Amino acid sequence: MSMKELGVVGRNVGQRDLESHARGQTTYYEDVHYPRMLHLKMHRSAEPHANIVRVDTSAAEASPGVVCVLTHEDLPGKKVWNGLAAVGVGPEDEPILAFDKVRWRGEPIVAVIGESAEAARAGAAKVEVEYDPLPGVFDVEEAMSGEAPALTAHWPNNHYIYPDDHAAAQIRFGDVEQGFAEADHIVEDKYQTSPIEQAPMETNGCIAKPGGDGRITVHTNTQAVHFARDNTAAILGLAPGKLRFLGGTVGGGFGGKVDVAVEPISVLAAMRTGRPVKFKYTREEEMQVSSTRSAWRLFIKDGVMNDGRIVARKITSYQDSGAYLRFSSYGSMKHAGHMPGPYTIPNVWVDARVVFTNRPPSSAMRGFGVMAASFAIELQMDKVAKTIGMDPWQLRLLNAYRNGDMRAHRKVNEDAAMVETIQAAARLAGHDLPADYQAMTSWDRKAS
Amino acid sequence: MEDKLIRLTVNGRDEAVIIQPLATLQDVLRDTLELTAVKSGCGQGGCGSCSVLVDGELRLSCLTLAERAEGAEVTTLEGLNATNAIVPLQQAFVENYAAQCGYCTAGMVMAAKALLDRNPAPSRDEIVEGLSGNLCRCTGFAPIVRAVQQAAQALSDTGEEAS
Repeated sequence: MSMKELGVVGRNVGQRDLESHARGQTTYYEDVHYPRMLHLKMHRSAEPHANIVRVDTSAAEASPGVVCVLTHEDLPGKKVWNGLAAVGVGPEDEPILAFDKVRWRGEPIVAVIGESAEAARAGAAKVEVEYDPLPGVFDVEEAMSGEAPALTAHWPNNHYIYPDDHAAAQIRFGDVEQGFAEADHIVEDKYQTSPIEQAPMETNGCIAKPGGDGRITVHTNTQAVHFARDNTAAILGLAPGKLRFLGGTVGGGFGGKVDVAVEPISVLAAMRTGRPVKFKYTREEEMQVSSTRSAWRLFIKDGVMNDGRIVARKITSYQDSGAYLRFSSYGSMKHAGHMPGPYTIPNVWVDARVVFTNRPPSSAMRGFGVMAASFAIELQMDKVAKTIGMDPWQLRLLNAYRNGDMRAHRKVNEDAAMVETIQAAARLAGHDLPADYQAMTSWDRKAS
Repeated sequence: MEDKLIRLTVNGRDEAVIIQPLATLQDVLRDTLELTAVKSGCGQGGCGSCSVLVDGELRLSCLTLAERAEGAEVTTLEGLNATNAIVPLQQAFVENYAAQCGYCTAGMVMAAKALLDRNPAPSRDEIVEGLSGNLCRCTGFAPIVRAVQQAAQALSDTGEEAS
């Protein structure tokens, strides 16, 4: 097929909204103005782990310009939820507004709705919460040690149990212990990634506006408009048809706008007051409260032959989910499926666990679960190369997956390009490869 | 403190607006005059998405008290399109794919305009310096710099103003 027939491949294609952006005509959620619009601000937990003894909203209610105050008692439907409940992920563990306990610093407790953002902020600051602080746990291994406090009754050892009763997302391929026994070298290390905030230019937010027909229109910057609509309906016990979500224009998301963090409580506030309600995260909330990429801890053990072939790889990893599940079980499944990286290894063992700590809940960010795996695996490849005294480019070419190889999660490779990519990168970087490595292809392992 | 009437010129139009105490220029532009190209990424002067021109100088509207703009001439991104025609600076952003989500774009274009108004032939380093108060999170700095370079080139080729 010629390039002309392909139409767009190999050509510059116009970006539909680019001129609109350049002229300042793109309408983001908060570019919609309604008369008599109210503003919502959240009173959040000051403690990372505590029993709630008492919540007193009287001063907030009396604060000038405050119109309405919402606690967990005002929630008409669910009190706790998980965004993936509709596809069978559970149990639902996260309070929409905290009631008996708080499990991370910043957890929402009371929503305060005011005539202006400043009135709502001032009112939210006047909510009084009395805490009975509990010991917190902030490290994934400590959380699972048996000595840490259990965050919820769902998981006594603070780690997720998959619906098939497995404690981890698992890969079992070949016999990893046999591989280690036959290997010339054992290379082991521990790797740690950090939580990372997506930090979009536009913070999370929405405007919920009641209509005369009993429906609520929601202008939102969610990355997942139908998902947000369905979850909002489920949380509030509404028919989805009562909600009209308008979205699709997102001022940067990167995974940071899929948690349905603002819509349910804004819709409830709009229903209660009969007025449009805007809930916009401040930059501080976006940085400190909105979910981050999970931090991952990985332990990797490789069995390696003198010629560079990796014959066994065992990985145990811990995803720090923070205080609640959100999408972490999905993240760890992707994480496990990404093992053992773009390499064909005959014996692979992976346990990828989701662990709960008193940190802010983590969630999606570009390459959910995958980036931490690639980070650790590629550092490990360099360590292997150094240990056996082999060029790290050649080590990767030797072990790179080829078409037809069975991967550890039992998918046959069909579109490998790893060998050619490394060869091209070596050419661009001016790194000389021996003739037999230059001759390797994704179709023929025998070249090595 | 009481509400106050202020007069200012915005995009060539005389405006009289009632402001609350401590209202920012951003509040007036975005919420009163509904010039929503002005964005609000941080509200604390850290991102540049609210950048406008006040008497020709680049200003962060979120940190500018509305009161201080009394009698001033304010230009927002909307003000570049007095006629419906797209201006060369905007066209350069389009041709260089210098936006993805678009949220930083208004501030970027205004920072670029302020730069080109005072220095019509900036070096690459001067462009980077001129845009240094404006953040982009979609990894778009390189195309944005190229767009400003193209706009400066167009300016020198035609002898016209960039915007």
